[in-house]
Amino acid sequence: MALDKPYKDIPGTTVFDSDMARAGYHVNQFCLTLMKEENRKRFLGDERAYLDEWPMSEEQKQAVLDRDYNALLKLGANVYFFAKLFFTDKVSFQKGASLMTGMSEEEYRNMMVSGGRSPEGNRYIREADDG
Amino acid sequence: MSHVPAIGAAVDLGKTEEPYWKPLFAGFDFSKQWIADEKPDVIFLVYNDHATAFGLDNIPPFAIGCADEYKIADEGWGARPVPIVKGAPDLAWHVRQSVIQDDFDLTTVNEMKVDHGLTVPLSLMYGQPETWPCLVIPFAVNVVVYPPPSGHRCYMLGKSIRKAIESFDEDLNVQVWGTGGMSHQLQGPRAGLINQEFDQKFLDKLVNNADELAIIPHVDYMREAGSEGIELVMWLVMRGALDDQVKEIHRHYHVPASNTAVGHIILEDLG
Repeated sequence: MALDKPYKDIPGTTVFDSDMARAGYHVNQFCLTLMKEENRKRFLGDERAYLDEWPMSEEQKQAVLDRDYNALLKLGANVYFFAKLFFTDKVSFQKGASLMTGMSEEEYRNMMVSGGRSPEGNRYIREADDG
Repeated sequence: MSHVPAIGAAVDLGKTEEPYWKPLFAGFDFSKQWIADEKPDVIFLVYNDHATAFGLDNIPPFAIGCADEYKIADEGWGARPVPIVKGAPDLAWHVRQSVIQDDFDLTTVNEMKVDHGLTVPLSLMYGQPETWPCLVIPFAVNVVVYPPPSGHRCYMLGKSIRKAIESFDEDLNVQVWGTGGMSHQLQGPRAGLINQEFDQKFLDKLVNNADELAIIPHVDYMREAGSEGIELVMWLVMRGALDDQVKEIHRHYHVPASNTAVGHIILEDLG
């Protein structure tokens, strides 16, 4: 019997459940290696070679190279893991989050200072599509 | 109370008086005085690791730190310049045994580095001391890989932890901290979600109606308070460790710290 996944209709959100964690195992574990300065240096020195040491899909590797965080989410990476990639790039968590929203860093920062993104119209995919 | 790596950076880089940060830190002035008066011996610190000590190789739902000390993790920008965290192994091992006998199967951890989830709450309460003026029992809850433990289970676990701490022979002043949250979403096109109404109601009910909070399903946290707002289940461990009737000593709520709504509440048993 299939598991109940009532979170599938939350817009703009990928829940890091068993399916995603399994799909993203290697890309997430790769991110953890960036918690060492020598590995950050080696990764930035030759990203492709570093990624080729991991049994990741080509799509996952390309998404890392492109810093395409929404693609990474869909391919099973989780934000707390790829935050190590933000920090390796000297990108703040706020800027990193903004990159997934389609907003500029400044627009995103202003939205947060004004109280953040409202839940109104953002609870269900169907209402997000409407508005 | 909330964590957030940028709060740690603001402390470490001396930015707490800047206009962006000042209102957030001002809400902790009372708390710093309060804790200086209370002088807890041990903080039982319920927090979440952010894919630092626990990756996908091991994912314990609940993990209790029983070590003598915990080094500060390098999360990708070098370790925070804060003191090493000293553990309270006698009490931790005691709590571990008591709580497991009470049907909560904890993972026992003796080698672990701690990340901003643990050190930022300490910085908010103690500022920048040369050594932390308390011992700490790190208690990690998995809220990264879905599903986290339910709110109800966290609440009942808190009651079991209270029982365990009270049965310890040594007369210690122990505080239980619940950390994480409040509303925030860090990922995807919906990143930046904040729900102040949800957060305020949560704080109200935490004081007087925690039973009602304990039955909130995971999907409601994620839909209403953002995918990372689910961290709020950790506050229920703290609430479970207190009496049913409590007194609210202090409350502070501020938006934003980076991507996050920061909440802070101090509760004491009436007795």
